[in-house]
Amino acid sequence: MSQIKEAILETNRQGHKAFIPYIMAGDGGLEKLKPTILKLQELGVTAIEVGIPFTDPVADGPTIEEAGVRALANGTTLRKVLETLAGFAHEIKIPLIAMTYLNPVLAYGIGQFAKDAHKAGIRGVIIPDMPLEESDLVHPALKAAGIDLVQLVSLTSTPERIEKLTKASEGFIYAVTVNGITGARSSFEGDLESHFKKIQSYTDTPVLAGFGISTPEHVKQFGSFTSGVIVGSKIVDSLAKGDWDAIENLVKASKTVPLA
Amino acid sequence: MTMTTKGKFGRFGGQFVPETLMTALQELEEAYEHYKQDESFQQELRYYLKEYVGRETPLYFAQRLTKHCGGAKIYLKREDLNHTGAHKINNALGQALLAKKMGKTKIVAETGAGQHGVATATACALLGMECIVFMGAEDVKRQALNVFRMELLGTKVVAVEKGSRTLKDAVNEALRYWVTNVETTHYILGSALGPHPFPVIVRDFQRVIGDETKKQILEKENRLPDAVVACIGGGSNSIGMFYPFIEDREVALYGVEAAGKGFETGKHAAAINAGKTGVLHGAFMYLLQDDNGFVQEAHSISAGLDYPGVGPEHCYLHETGRAKYVMATDDEALAAVKLLCRTEGILPALESAHAVHYATELAKTMDPDQIIVVCLSGRGDKDVHTIYDALGGELA
Repeated sequence: MSQIKEAILETNRQGHKAFIPYIMAGDGGLEKLKPTILKLQELGVTAIEVGIPFTDPVADGPTIEEAGVRALANGTTLRKVLETLAGFAHEIKIPLIAMTYLNPVLAYGIGQFAKDAHKAGIRGVIIPDMPLEESDLVHPALKAAGIDLVQLVSLTSTPERIEKLTKASEGFIYAVTVNGITGARSSFEGDLESHFKKIQSYTDTPVLAGFGISTPEHVKQFGSFTSGVIVGSKIVDSLAKGDWDAIENLVKASKTVPLA
Repeated sequence: MTMTTKGKFGRFGGQFVPETLMTALQELEEAYEHYKQDESFQQELRYYLKEYVGRETPLYFAQRLTKHCGGAKIYLKREDLNHTGAHKINNALGQALLAKKMGKTKIVAETGAGQHGVATATACALLGMECIVFMGAEDVKRQALNVFRMELLGTKVVAVEKGSRTLKDAVNEALRYWVTNVETTHYILGSALGPHPFPVIVRDFQRVIGDETKKQILEKENRLPDAVVACIGGGSNSIGMFYPFIEDREVALYGVEAAGKGFETGKHAAAINAGKTGVLHGAFMYLLQDDNGFVQEAHSISAGLDYPGVGPEHCYLHETGRAKYVMATDDEALAAVKLLCRTEGILPALESAHAVHYATELAKTMDPDQIIVVCLSGRGDKDVHTIYDALGGELA
């Protein structure tokens, strides 16, 4: 079974919701990557989403974009991130998920990327500018290397698309909570609970909520009707400020959600 | 047809966008296929193109320019005489009409030089739609008067302070805005770029250039031209000019990319000539990038050509060899501006001047009984300040 799916299900079996923090690799220097990942692991997160900086991150809001600009400014590349991760992969016990735009992967070479990513502890890949229809481009190479390709489901996805996406998604289903880009929000619109339940009805692969989740209350709110949450901008912001208390509170919240 | 499979021109094109936009693209494709066949929609579009834009535009025989070059006859397709001063209005009006039929109330657009922004702001004023235009902060500075024109037309202009602060960053921001407001808003992409179906829609709204040219040259010369020349940024005026000639194999097609300060300096916008492929803004295409797949800044004196990619249909025409992609530098474009002013009394846009330059070089290698048509995609009024800065001291 997929290592990511197994990690999420195991967290759920222990009575907790899955918690996946997103970090921007290279923000604050690549030397921060190892201590950050190991500390998050120590806090008991389920998996870690490792963002690769890109010049044109169209799916990201200002917090992650600015972190990407800082990472690019100190010379971070996909190659250097994978090399850095490979250097301490034996200490990483939880699965890593790479979040990268498509072009750096194409430039790297898809087959080589899949091999090097696996060596670096990457067990899943999210490519926000590659919808399901174009995924044949990278899926065979990822599959051969044992890496999941995680699909995003949006609020605008039609029922037919939701069915196709949930069936295709590996590891988990990344369900987007808003129309828009990544970034902290104070509130959410619409009947999200029934939307998420609908997504879950198509599959036994766990559904996780992401985009905009930025407070312990959000973690509990979304945790009450999903298998877990992904928190991005708030983590990136807290890491940049060195505010580990805020991160710890978010992780704790995922462990106090009553199981549905 | 150059589309080989759905949404693809050979290996180019596609729909590389976030999932949130996929349903909107599907709706757009369905609506477009419907209205393309809808006679009342086409009639309404033709009405506005004739009565409002001022089509058809003349195909003008540039007698003194021809004499100056001493070779093939040079005709100019006068898109510069359109309302708002460039070919951009053909597409902006077509898409705004389409959006209105689709029940969208707001329009978002990006702009580089400001021509597409002005055209979109104009179409929105005409049709009573709300409009927001994203423009790189660098371009806002270079094209301050166009910003004011858009504001006069009731459009909100947002300066983008991110990245290279030019056209590509304006597209990023317009895409983000569209993702967030997709249910009420249509994105009017200004060039034959982006995810399917945009390259097809933009080409179809621009093909009026080539369709008219074909009819006019047959009336004037009773035969097709030997060569057609147009400048390439994203490639909308050129694909509009080329498309009706693609099956006419005897017509050579030349796209002129911006070589900026010189191709060898690396400060250029010649994505096809640079030869690397990649994905940006929804399409697989030729793309200026480094070895890490990071998108590089384009450089051109003309803001409208200052884009690191090129439309997927051009990529395909290049790969199949049907069209040839050549280059002109900033200095060559400036010299062509001066030449066209002095020989014909026409001030071309800096973008179009790239095509004029190549056509004059090409004409010299051809016989007097041969014919070249140049797409004069826009007028140079917007560029007077840039041209003044570059040439002001040298004019004698």
